Amino acid sequence: MAEFLINTVGLPTWLAWSATAGVAAFLILNVIAGGALVFIWAERKIAARIQDRLGPTRTGGRFGWLQSLADGIKLLAKEDLMPDGADSLLFRLAPYVSFCASFCAFIAMPFAFDVVGQRLNVGVFFVIAVLGLEVFGVILAGYASASKWSLFGAMREAAQVVSYEVPLGMCVVVPVMLAGSMDLVTIGEKQAGWLTNWYLFHDPFTFVIFWVYFTCAVASVNRAPFDLAEAESELVAGFHTEYSGLRWSFFFMAEYGSMFLVSGLAAVLFLGGWNGPIPIAELAGWSDGSAVTAPYAVRLLGCANLLGKATVGVLLMMWIRWTLPRLRIDQVMTTCLKYCTPIAAVMFAGVMLWQLFLPGGLVPGSRRGAIAVREGWLEQAVEKPEEPAAVPADAGTSVSQQLVGVAE
Amino acid sequence: MNWMANLLFLQRPTILPVAAIDWHASLFVVFALVACGAAVMVVVTDNVVRMALHLVLSLGATAGLFFLAGAEFVGSMQLMIYVGGTLVLLVFGVMLTAQTKLVALQTPPGDRVIAGILAAALLAVLVQSAVSIETWRRPGRAETQPPTATPLGMALVGVRVDSPVSAAESQRRSGYLLPFEIVSVHLLVVLVGAAYLARAKRRRTPRPIDVVASADPPPPLPSGRLEDRETASVLIGSGR
Repeated sequence: MAEFLINTVGLPTWLAWSATAGVAAFLILNVIAGGALVFIWAERKIAARIQDRLGPTRTGGRFGWLQSLADGIKLLAKEDLMPDGADSLLFRLAPYVSFCASFCAFIAMPFAFDVVGQRLNVGVFFVIAVLGLEVFGVILAGYASASKWSLFGAMREAAQVVSYEVPLGMCVVVPVMLAGSMDLVTIGEKQAGWLTNWYLFHDPFTFVIFWVYFTCAVASVNRAPFDLAEAESELVAGFHTEYSGLRWSFFFMAEYGSMFLVSGLAAVLFLGGWNGPIPIAELAGWSDGSAVTAPYAVRLLGCANLLGKATVGVLLMMWIRWTLPRLRIDQVMTTCLKYCTPIAAVMFAGVMLWQLFLPGGLVPGSRRGAIAVREGWLEQAVEKPEEPAAVPADAGTSVSQQLVGVAE
Repeated sequence: MNWMANLLFLQRPTILPVAAIDWHASLFVVFALVACGAAVMVVVTDNVVRMALHLVLSLGATAGLFFLAGAEFVGSMQLMIYVGGTLVLLVFGVMLTAQTKLVALQTPPGDRVIAGILAAALLAVLVQSAVSIETWRRPGRAETQPPTATPLGMALVGVRVDSPVSAAESQRRSGYLLPFEIVSVHLLVVLVGAAYLARAKRRRTPRPIDVVASADPPPPLPSGRLEDRETASVLIGSGR
């Protein structure tokens, strides 16, 4: 896009770069903010239906779909309160820290092939690292509020998030191992093709580990049944007890942003990313780049796929939230340390053994280039030391095809 | 690599001639200023939590410098370990043990002088060693392929991608796997040792006859258990 602005529109280089960055940032911001609007409405409706109520019905027609917008206006108009004993700087800063962490993690998040803020070769790692920073905003909020409920909530959240990072990391390593790369774009592209190429269906171990990942992801974004940090019955509202108005809504945008992010990450790591269950683009012949509009159509389809999968993940989290009761803190820690971590470790070993003994899957030849890719990498790396092992993929040809070609 | 300019670029980043502004240099200055300024603020502030905030800012800006240099793996590591570690330090090291003297730190003047001398000595050593490296003094920057994580991982198991070696020599290379394992087992031992030292001490309650014999009021609960109980009550909150 920057090239287009420079060459066609004739903007100066720095302005073109800034404009490009601005547009992309705007898009991501809208994914979070627009997503939050939709998800808050969806959450209300889902909660209501699960509890045998109607939920919002009046604002914006029969289904109350303008309810979140009305809420937003209400939040804007609310008085901005700050407790007397609060540390004003930290109190004001905390919501932005939370939101920025959630926002920054989207930088490395691919929405379709090449539709990614910045393709990092350690994408998974970056997303996990940045997402872990969100809790810092919560801690600051809890401390700066000068309220014991806030502080208790923040402490609980810190304890929970820090411990759940361990099994989460182990689950994330499995797709990285299968794909042989930490690049999210590469991981997604390795799962191209039919439904059976998704890592979820790679072997029984990955199927189990996906659910472990999902549990840990729910815990790491502090959703029920792991929402100890804002347990209403004990802690008033946890870390955001003293917040009101716009600052409060920043926390919630961050929460919904992170929910969407971990669901999107689950989609990329296990559910084929932007590749649909049926390779429509491949069957229709769009992916060979014959038509001019084909790459755009493919990417648009990919975006729709990924957003759809992530939305399903978020809806699943809501379903869980309104179905299961909240866990106690010791139960939360037991779930993490006694169940999730050992299961993840055993499954990790299982996937490793599967890769060693059954690399082609149960039906030989059903999976394309699983082991050939890995061998190809090693051979290439030893034979041609000048070139980096990871070959950047061009649009239209999948990474695995290229690498298999190199190996041959 | 022009990291920030490529930051949200929808295509695969290509190298373009950046004429008007040297983005790399200007962003380097921005990140460096944030890192140094926040580091100074860490020393100047006397509130522990604000110190932690500034420390996080400083370390985060350092991670930004790593990203700017194309070292994405090191940058992510910086975020994960140092910034995340500061968080854990803040929560479990400071807040749970916070006394009034720790919340507002007062440094004695003598300590300031000693710290100043030490810091100046360290700065002198670092500057001297940085200047003494020949290749760093050349103007401009080398056009190198930014290293990816794959060669790093392969070097760990002994396959060097960056330096060509003969087949016989690569057979003898063992990589860094053994040192890595030694370090990680060492860390595990340290962790287990720390947990052992910090565990709640279980002492038997004194027999009734001892209490009667000493004729003193029964001893209060051992301090370790009290502390443990306070910690638990912070985590568990009410309801227990």
